[in-house]
Order: sequence, then structure tokens, then C-alpha cells
Amino acid sequence: MSIHVPEEGWFQAPTGAERTWIGLALAWCLVMSLMMPYWHFKGKQNSTGESYTVTPEAFSKRVDQFVKTNQVGEVNGMPLVEPSPGGDAYLRGSMWTWYPALKLKAGQTYRLHVSSTDLQHGFSLQPMNMNFHVLPGYDHVLTITPTMKGEYTILCNEFCGVGHHLMTGKIVVE
Amino acid sequence: MSTAAVIEDLAGALPPAPPVGNHAGAVRTCDTTGLPVCLVAEKFIQLNAVVAVVALLAGGVAALLIALTRWPAVHLLDAVWYYRLVTFHGLNMLIFWILFMEVAILYFAGTVLLNSRLFSGKLAWAAFALMLAGTLLVDIEILRGKADVMMTSYVPLRASSNFYLGIILVAVGTLIGVGNFFGTVYIAKRDHTYSGSVPLVVFGAIAAAVIAVVTLLHGAVVMIPTWLWSLDLVATVDPGWYRLVWWGLGHQSQQVNVCAMVAVWYLLATITTGAKPLNQAVCRAAFVLYILFINIASAHHLLVDPGVGASWKIWNTSYGMYLAVLASMIHGFTVPASVEVALRKKGHDRGLFGWLAAAPWKNPAFSGFFLSLLIFGFIGGITGVTLGTQQINILAHNTLRIPGHFHATVVGGTTLAFMALTYYVVPLIFRREFPLRWLARAQPWVFGIGITIVSLGMSLAGSYGVPRRHWDSELTGAQFTYGFGSGANVMLGVLGMGAILAVTGLLIYIGLTVAAVFFGRRIEGRAMTPW
Ligand code: HEM
Ligand SMILES: [Cu+2]
Ligand SMILES: [Cu+2]
Repeated sequence: MSIHVPEEGWFQAPTGAERTWIGLALAWCLVMSLMMPYWHFKGKQNSTGESYTVTPEAFSKRVDQFVKTNQVGEVNGMPLVEPSPGGDAYLRGSMWTWYPALKLKAGQTYRLHVSSTDLQHGFSLQPMNMNFHVLPGYDHVLTITPTMKGEYTILCNEFCGVGHHLMTGKIVVE
Repeated sequence: MSTAAVIEDLAGALPPAPPVGNHAGAVRTCDTTGLPVCLVAEKFIQLNAVVAVVALLAGGVAALLIALTRWPAVHLLDAVWYYRLVTFHGLNMLIFWILFMEVAILYFAGTVLLNSRLFSGKLAWAAFALMLAGTLLVDIEILRGKADVMMTSYVPLRASSNFYLGIILVAVGTLIGVGNFFGTVYIAKRDHTYSGSVPLVVFGAIAAAVIAVVTLLHGAVVMIPTWLWSLDLVATVDPGWYRLVWWGLGHQSQQVNVCAMVAVWYLLATITTGAKPLNQAVCRAAFVLYILFINIASAHHLLVDPGVGASWKIWNTSYGMYLAVLASMIHGFTVPASVEVALRKKGHDRGLFGWLAAAPWKNPAFSGFFLSLLIFGFIGGITGVTLGTQQINILAHNTLRIPGHFHATVVGGTTLAFMALTYYVVPLIFRREFPLRWLARAQPWVFGIGITIVSLGMSLAGSYGVPRRHWDSELTGAQFTYGFGSGANVMLGVLGMGAILAVTGLLIYIGLTVAAVFFGRRIEGRAMTPW
């Protein structure tokens, strides 16, 4: 009875089917534990977590500098900016835009710096469905190599005020 | 009416000569179970349960409105009220309904099952008053539009200072309630009101209470500076630090819920089928695993965050998390196995699942508990373990897959288990019969099936990338447009329809409970009518 004090001598090792089940479950848990580092290093899909402290003002300045030197056009009134292959690209989240629009080359690797200058935002790249959390004060460096050409939309998937659902951005891969 | 027929096999299993309690008069003997009920504890079990149900009602109304807003064809609320009610729903459900219920369960487990009086009526009042004041403060601030910050209130998003104060009051009140429970366990031991080890259900409650203390301390560490910041007494609160500590609160509190739910499973398995745990050492060890390892698992909320590195993420998603998962896998075996053994012993021995077919399905406490076990184990557990891997987390972070997961754990699991428990709390603690018993028998099914559909709709919509906490997945008027496609829209419709069913189940539950408590036939001097 689980609502009464247990009988004397209740402290026993498990037996029978229960013992088998615990053994199987434990083995599965151990395998999964080992899969965690394996998937990370073998899959090469995860952020290494590279990030730096940055003030919103300093980050904003870098973004503006990046746009000034690398702008190649405009989409929907948003500057379209092409970083040099292997170089740094910047993306600023603020209520309620992702600034600027980026033009990348397929097969090239970039260091994409993402940060916010006001609230927390959610970088959500569609239709890839790739999601990162964006915090003010943190410069999150994502080393990315786009492999598929096309147009991608960035949404915001962390609540950032009443215009949250209007916060979008663009990445074009050629 | 013989006791044994009412509550399965209980009479035969009563300890031979129960040691003397420490009640000093304020006690009655339950006419159904023969268990001693401390009258002070009884009053606070009632008070806490009533507030819990009111919070559930408030959260349930909000649930319907926000779910119908996510359904693109309906899109009911405007953006402001959608975000406001998501905040309102999250807090009333996850915090107020659950916490008030848990305090009631702790008072029950500490007194009735240990044959003890409540440690202190004064502390119980203090806990109740603080929690109630905090609840009202939070709800008022949200409805006044001063706290559109979601239940996570991630800084630097800012609510009025009274919102944070309200949360702190609820946390302090709960901590006092938990302290009162530990006091009760202490005096029971001191006064030798029971002999040997505590019953398994009490052990589970103690595990829940230990985790609750750790959880609430994290809450204090994060909410007090945030409150001071909202008063401009502190300049900034680091958002990365906030997320790290906040999830020490947010995730671990879910483990409190799991512990409480598993304790309720064991309780209801015994009450409804006479089940007896196969091996008490195994069940207890599994509770200890929760206490030891769950803190680490809160890392899975930060898998795509800056500020914490890759090795931290890998380490924390591997060994420790799986030891906590192991605990759930153990309970997921031992609970149904104990029911199987009990039913087979009664002669329901045909085939592999003959015992299950012969189970007391017309007892809503049984069907609720068993559905809770299935939904939590299969949907909640599997989605949880997959979302907790880094690779899948990248695909799922902040999409609707996340609420899809936890509506299977904390709603299909914990909430449904607490609802099932109510089918005994009202007759045994409020001493009133449920009216409309056919409706009560249907209720767990309506709610359980409804919330399963909600959970699947959310999970599938989320796998298309649809964000959570998002008013317009069609992005009307945004600078760049994007469509998730018709598949996603269908799934959002499934979510909406499931919500109608689930909220119907929730309203039936509340309607029946209110009708029973206020107008139900009194049970005095006789056992409750068996389900
Ligand atoms: C009656 C059944 C319920 C339905 C139909 C329902 C529906 C929903 C919906 C539609 C959302 C918003 C998802 C979004 O747009 O991001 C939501 C969020 C949530 N629900 Fe429920 N819910 C129900 C019951 C519950 C219960 C009983 C709990 C807790 C015990 C709960 C906890 C939450 C939480 C914590 C959130 C997240 C709020 C946030 O993002 O800040 N729900 N629910
Ligand atoms: Cu945003
Ligand atoms: Cu946003």
C-alpha cells in the first residue's frame, strides 16, 4: 500500500521484470548520454556558443559601419548588405526589425554576429526552421555556411512587445 | 456499506494497531477509509483547493480565447489582448492552479497519511494569505495592462513593480506552506504517530517539497533583483543571467509537479484498485533521482543561447538529464505494473491486457489517473526527451512545439491527475457527493482527449516553424512576408478544435466540483457512495 507505512524489510533489490526494465532503461539512458557529444561534434550543426559582451551602442555602431561599407542594394526599403566571404556579417534585432537584409554566397563561410539593442528577440530563419535566442548585451557569433540558394525570411519568436509578430528580416543566398 | 467495497482493499490493509496520533481533539475519523483527518489541515486543504479551482477557471477561459486566436480562420482577439491573456493564462494555470493544489496535497500527505496534526494553523494562514494576495496582485496588474510580459517576464521587458511583488508574495507564501509541511513531518516523527518509514505517497510529497525549496530559492535570487530594478533601485539585470537563474525556477518547478503527480498516481492506484508498489525501494530511489539530477536539466532551456558554451550545453544535456529521465521511466513502469498485479490477483487474468480491460474505468479517479499516465508518459515524455537534444532544439526553440510538449506534461499529466484526485477529495474532505455521476465519468475522457489534440496540433504546427507567443502567423503587414503553408494552418485549426474540447472538459470539471461542494448530498456518518 502506498498510503501506509511499508512493511518491515521493504528495502530490497529489484527482481524479475522490474529489474530487467531498469537495466534496459539505464542502458538506453547511458547510450543517449554518449550520443549528446557525438551528435554535437559529428553533426556540426550547433553553435559553439561563441559570444562576447557588447553594449547596445557599440553593437549598433558596428552594424552601421558594416552597412556603410558593404551595402549592395535595397529590398523593401531595407539596405541589402553583402559581407565579404569568410568575413564578419552583422544582424541587429530591435523592436521590430532585423537590420539589415543580408546577401550571402552559397558555399562560403561567414561569421554572423547577432545581437539586440533593446529587448530579447528570437532569431527564427524560415523555411530552414533554425532558431537562436538573441540577448541584448551579448554578441552571439554564429559561424555559418549557407548550402542552399534562395530567399529566407527571419521571424522573431521571442515576445518583444505588441509589434512582435511584425518583426521580420531577410537573407538572400546566391 | 462495507469500507472495503468503497475504497478498494483499504480496510484489510490498515496497519494492525495504528499508533496514537497527536491531534489533541481536533480530529475526525474518515467514515470511508478509517483514516484520521486533522480538522485544521482539512480547513486549509479546502481553502487552497477552492482558490486553485478558481485560478483554473480563469486560466481556462483565457485558454479558449487565445487558442481561438491562434486558429487563423477565427483569429478572435486583437494583438494586445492575445499577448495579455497568454500572460494571464500561463500564470494562472502553471503557477496559481498548480501551487495551491500542491500545498493542499502536502497538507493532506503530512497529516492524514502520517496520522498527525498540522504543525501550525497560524503558518497555514500566513501562507494562504500571502499566496492569495500575490495572486490577486499579479492578476490585477495583468488585466490592467501593466504586465504584458509573458509568465517568463524576460528582462529587460518590464512590468509594473507590483507584478514582481505579487510573484514574490506567492513564492514566499508557498515557501511557508512547504515549511509547515516539513514541520508536520517533523512532529509526526517526534510524536511517533507512525512506526517505521513514511508511506510512499508521503515520500513522494517530501521529494516534491525538497525540490520546491530549491526552486523557490532560485525564484528569490532572480525575482528580488528584478523587482528592485522595476523600482529603479538597481540599474540593470543581465538578461543572460536572468535566463539562467529563472530556469532554475521554471524548470525545477516542473519537477515539483512531476513528483506531486507521481505521488498522486501511487495514491490513486491504491485507492481505486488496491495496487501495491512491487518494490518500495525502487520507487523511492526514483524519487531521489529527481531530487539529485533535475537541476541540471534546466539547461535544456538555454541550448541556443549565447553566453553559455558548447561544452556546458553538452555536459548538461547528457548524463544528469538522463538520470532524471530514468526516474520517470521507472515510475512509468512501476505504477501500471502495480495496478496489473492488483487486478490479476482479483482474477482478471485473461491474456496480456485482460486486467486493463477489467480495470475500474467507470471510476473517474481511475480513468483520469490512467489517462494522465499515458499522456504524460507517451506524449510528454517522448516530446520532452527529443526537444532536450541540441540538434532538435535548434529546430524547436520557441516554436509551438514547446507548448505542445508541456501541455502533454503539465496539463495532460499533472492537471488531469489533480482532477482525478478531486473525485475523492470532494467526498472525503468536503464530505459531499458528486451529482450527475455519468458526467463525472465522462469528464477525464473529454479533457484528456481534448488536451491530446491540443498538444498534437501545437507540436505539428511548431514543426513547420510556427512560433509560440505569436499573434499572427500569416504576418499580415510585416515588412517581409512569409507563409507557413496550409499544413501549418490546418494544425492551428486542430489546436483550436482540441481547445474547445479540452476547455469543455475543464468546465465540466469545475461545474461538477462547484455543484458537489455547495449542493452535493452530505456524507456524514456513512461511507461515500462508491464510484
Ligand atoms: C484547457 C486546456 C488548455 C488549453 C486549450 C490551452 C491552450 C493554450 C494556448 C493556445 C497557449 C498559447 C500558445 C501560444 O500561442 O504561444 C497556451 C500557453 C500556455 N499554457 Fe495552456 N492551455 C490549457 C491548459 C493549460 C494548463 C492546465 C496549464 C498549466 C497547468 C497550461 C499552461 C500553459 C503555459 C505555461 C503556457 C505558456 C504561456 C507563455 O507562453 O507565456 N495550459 N495554452
Ligand atoms: Cu523581436
Ligand atoms: Cu519578438
